[in-house]
Amino acid sequence: MDFLFFFLFAFIAVACAVSVVVQKHPIASALSLVGVMASIAVLYLQLGAEFLAMAQIIVYAGAVMVLFIFVIMLLNAGAESRSGRSYAAQLMGPPLLVALMASLGFAIMRGFPGGGTVKFDSFQGGTAQNIGYALFTDYLLPFEVTSVLILVAILGAIVLARKEMD
Amino acid sequence: MAEAMQSINLQAGVPISWYLVLSAVLFSLGVAGFLFRKSIITVFMCIELMLNAVNLSFVAFANQHKQVSGHIFTFFVMVVAAAEAAVGLAIILTVFKNRETLNIDEINSLKN
Repeated sequence: MDFLFFFLFAFIAVACAVSVVVQKHPIASALSLVGVMASIAVLYLQLGAEFLAMAQIIVYAGAVMVLFIFVIMLLNAGAESRSGRSYAAQLMGPPLLVALMASLGFAIMRGFPGGGTVKFDSFQGGTAQNIGYALFTDYLLPFEVTSVLILVAILGAIVLARKEMD
Repeated sequence: MAEAMQSINLQAGVPISWYLVLSAVLFSLGVAGFLFRKSIITVFMCIELMLNAVNLSFVAFANQHKQVSGHIFTFFVMVVAAAEAAVGLAIILTVFKNRETLNIDEINSLKN
């Protein structure tokens, strides 16, 4: 059952990721990216990270992607023009990408031959309680720094996006 | 590969390295999109794809070591990605307002 779910959602994630890269229209890419994020959230659940799975759905698939689609609609971004890359780049790109993925996969499989296995429910440390405890004891300073970062980001976004006032 | 497949016990669960391979594949696809696409919005989406791939490997390692630290890292990456999306999209809006284009090849004022 673990294998079935892993393969199903890994396949959906990879198929949607390929769709993100090859779709011509930004809206189609954005919707494919939502598919990637949702299937990664399911894999988080399988890995015992239930809080992160919900945060992934809410923050990424909800907030960030809505922001993307809002900007695409606002700018009326159409399909992008044909790639002006050189013929050699178009010819060599996909095989080199496959070679990169294969060598990465080979290195990982060689590097972790006796690594553990993942069973659903084998790790129960990913609840909101555990994450909140770790966040407010061991990681309190990074948490506070992150809140300052978000404040700066909000101010930056407002300054960048406001209308020029004369 | 055949003996590796035979040594995998279907009842024992999914090996941790398969999650890492999935993460590497998603990251590579993100890199490819970052390099090949021309629309600035799609390039930005490929960056989000790469961040998600790295998050997946963080959570896989957290599962292997039975520690919650990897989840905390993933949480921070999510927060930074959200902040980055807000600022980046504001920059895209400003660029479009000034240059009337979303093609990254035409936004080359700093070149030369």
